[in-house]
Amino acid sequence: MNADPAAVREGTHFMNGDAAACEGALAAGARFAAGYPITPSTEIVERFASRVPEVGGLFIQMEDELAASIAIQGMVWAGAKSFTVTSGPGFSLMMEHIGYAAMTETPCVFMDVQRGGPSTGLPTLPAQGDMMQARFGSHGDYQVIALCPNSPQECFELSVKSFNLAERYRLPVMLMMDECVGHMTEKVVVPAAEKIYVEPRRRTAKAPGDYRAYECGPDLVPEMAHAGEGHHLYVTGLTHDKRGYPVMNPATQRELVTRLFDKIKLAKNDLLMVDEDQTEGADVVVVSFGITSRVAERAIQMARAKGMKVGRLRLICVWPFPEDKIAALASRIKAFVVPELNMGQVVLEVERTVAGRCRTISVPHPGGTVHKPEDILAAIERGAR
Amino acid sequence: MSDSDCNLCAIGPANPVESVLRLDRIPTIWCPGCGIGTSVNSFAFALMNSGLDLKKVVIVSGIGCSGRVSGYVDLDAFHTTHGRAIPFATGLKLANPELTVIVYSGDGDLTSIGGNHLIHAARRNVDIKVFCVNNMIYAMTGGQAAATTPGAALSTTTPYGCFEPDLNIPHLVDAAGACYVARWTTYHVKQLERSMGEALKKKGFSFIEILSPCPTYFQRKNNMGDGLAAMEDYKKRSKIRNGAPTGEIAIVPGGDIIVGKFVDRERLDYLALMRQQLGSHYHERGCQTC
Amino acid sequence: MAKGSVRVTAERCKGCGFCVAFCPTHVLQLSSAFNSKGYHPPSMIAPEKCSGCNLCGMYCPDFAIFGFRTGDSQKGKEAA
Repeated sequence: MNADPAAVREGTHFMNGDAAACEGALAAGARFAAGYPITPSTEIVERFASRVPEVGGLFIQMEDELAASIAIQGMVWAGAKSFTVTSGPGFSLMMEHIGYAAMTETPCVFMDVQRGGPSTGLPTLPAQGDMMQARFGSHGDYQVIALCPNSPQECFELSVKSFNLAERYRLPVMLMMDECVGHMTEKVVVPAAEKIYVEPRRRTAKAPGDYRAYECGPDLVPEMAHAGEGHHLYVTGLTHDKRGYPVMNPATQRELVTRLFDKIKLAKNDLLMVDEDQTEGADVVVVSFGITSRVAERAIQMARAKGMKVGRLRLICVWPFPEDKIAALASRIKAFVVPELNMGQVVLEVERTVAGRCRTISVPHPGGTVHKPEDILAAIERGAR
Repeated sequence: MSDSDCNLCAIGPANPVESVLRLDRIPTIWCPGCGIGTSVNSFAFALMNSGLDLKKVVIVSGIGCSGRVSGYVDLDAFHTTHGRAIPFATGLKLANPELTVIVYSGDGDLTSIGGNHLIHAARRNVDIKVFCVNNMIYAMTGGQAAATTPGAALSTTTPYGCFEPDLNIPHLVDAAGACYVARWTTYHVKQLERSMGEALKKKGFSFIEILSPCPTYFQRKNNMGDGLAAMEDYKKRSKIRNGAPTGEIAIVPGGDIIVGKFVDRERLDYLALMRQQLGSHYHERGCQTC
Repeated sequence: MAKGSVRVTAERCKGCGFCVAFCPTHVLQLSSAFNSKGYHPPSMIAPEKCSGCNLCGMYCPDFAIFGFRTGDSQKGKEAA
C-alpha cells in the first residue's frame, strides 16, 4: 500500500535530518510516538507533536525513556505504528525494551541520534558509539535491523524503510543517525504519497480460536493480531510456545531463539543495503556508514587523485552485518579501511568476517567532531602498500 | 484422590469464574495460602458483571507473582517487563481508546521499580485501571524487602529487620491525582468485587490496593503463620472507613488496617484534555497500519 | 433442606483452608483424603446448612471450589 497523502508533505524542502526522519515516520504511517527529551534527537518528536494531530495521532512525552520505549509497544499492539527517539543515555535506558520487542516480535522503530559518550559525554556533538549497543545492548540473544543514513534525504527515506522493515520482519528497527546528520540541513525531496511504499502490518486473517500468535510459515515471521479483536492474545517476554504461553525449558528456548535469528538470516538478501563504488579491481575498500561516509568520500577522492585503486562500501544497513559482501571482497583486495566515530566497533565485525584474508585497518575517533579526511587517506595509503 | 472419586463432583454447574480464566494454564504458580488467586475471583466477578464486551478488555502485568495474573485471565493479556505495565497500558489505551485497559500487578512492580510511572499515569489521568496486589515483599525473587515492607519486618535482605519507612500507596496516588482510590484486603472479597466494578466503569485513572497474604516469604520469615492466619488477621484488624483521608491510612504493624473507597473524583482524562486543548488542530483519521 | 451445595475440583486444591474458615454456615472441613499433590481438599460436613452463597468460591485462590444454589442451577449454567 502507499502513504496517506494527508501525512505527506510532497515537494522539495530545506530541512535537517531530524525533521526529515519525522516526515519519514509520518509518511510510513506512524501516528503515535512516545519519547523523552534528549539532545540531539528531540527535534524529531517536537515536529511530530506539531504535525501528527493533523492526521489524528498523538505524541506523548513520557516520564522517562523506560516508559517511552514500552509505551510505543502498547501502541503497536493496539493497532498503531509507533516509534520513539533518543540519544546515547536514553538509548541505554531503552535496552530492556528493545529486548522485549525482539522477544515479543513487536514491530516498532527506535531512532537514535548518536552523540559522544560514554555517559552524558558530549550532548551536542556527534559520535557513532552506539553501534554495538544497537546490536547487542539488550541481554540475551536476538536480532535487530539497524539503518544508518548519511544525509537528511536519507533520514527521510530510511525512516520510511525502518517502519516497513519492522512490519515485514516483526522486530525492532534502529534508525542509527548521528548528531551531524540529525542537525545538518540540506535539500530533502519528499515524493508524492503514491510513490511512497508503506508495508502493511501482517495481520492474521484467521478466526479467533484458529489463530496461534507465534505460529509462522516458511519465512518464520508470525502473523499479528491486535488487542481487542477477540484472539485472547497472551504476549510475554518469557520464553513462550506458539500460543504465546510461557514454556520455560531448553527445547522451547532453542526453538524460539533460533527462529528469531533465522528469520533475519533468511532475509539477508532483502537486508543487504550497501552503496558500492569501484570495488571491482580495488586494492583498498573503505567501509563506512552515516556521517563518516561523507568524510571518507573525500579521502577516497584524494586517494584516487593520487592514483590509488580505492573502492567505497557504504553500509546503509549495518545490522544484520553484510558478511557475504565483505567476505567476497576480502579475498580480492589488500585491505579494508574502516573509519567510524568510535574507538572501533563495526571494524570488529569487518575483521571477524575477513578472517585474515586481507588486512583490516581501523580509523578510530572518539567523537565530538568528524574525522579529518587526511587521517582516512593515511590509512588508505597504508592499506595500499 | 481424583475428581471422579469426589462425591461432590458429579453435580452442579461449572464454577462461574472459569468462563474468564484460561483453564489450560491452571493450576497457578501461586503458593498454598497466597491471596492473589482470591483477588482474581473478585476480579472475575467484577468483569462478568460489568456488562463490558470482554473482547475489548485488556489486562497488562509487570513481573512478579501478581504479574502472573495476566496469564490466567482469558482476556487479551500482556505480560510486560518489570515495572513497566503502566506505560505499556498507557500506549494501548491512547492508541485504541475503545479498549478497557487494566493493569494487574504487585507492589514491588508498581510502586518501586515502576513507581515513577504510577505517579505520572495518575497525574496525566490516563484512563486505565490499576489493581495492585500488595503482599509487602518481593515474593517471586525469594522474599526481599520492598518499599511496602512495614515496621521492622524480617526479609531475606533485611536479616536484622527492615528500617526503611514504608510507602502509603493510596496516599501517593491520591496526591498524584487519581480519580478513584480504594484499598481492600483479600478477606474483603465482596467489597473488592464491587470496588473493581466501580473502577471498571470509572473514567480516569483508578487504583485499588489489595492487601494479600504471602505465607511463603513475608509471613514465614516473621512468624506470622500461614495464609489463613493473615486472612484472620485482616478480618480482625480491618476497619472500613470510606472517604478516609489517605494521609491517615498508613499501615502500622498490629494497628488497624483502614480499608474502603477513599477517593472518587471527577477529572477530565488525558485524551479528553488533549482534545480540549488541541481543538481544531486535531483531525480524525483512520488507521494506517493495514 | 439445603438451599445450596458446593462443587470441589479436588486436584486444584492446595489446602489453604480459606473456604473452611470463611464459610458463614460452617459447612466445610478439610477432608482426610489427599489429592495427588498431597493436599487435603475440603468436603462437606454439614451439607444441609449450605446456602449456596459461593463465599467459598470467592475465597478459594485456586478456583477449586464454588457454591451454587440448588434450586437455581440452570441460571448458574447460563452465567458460566
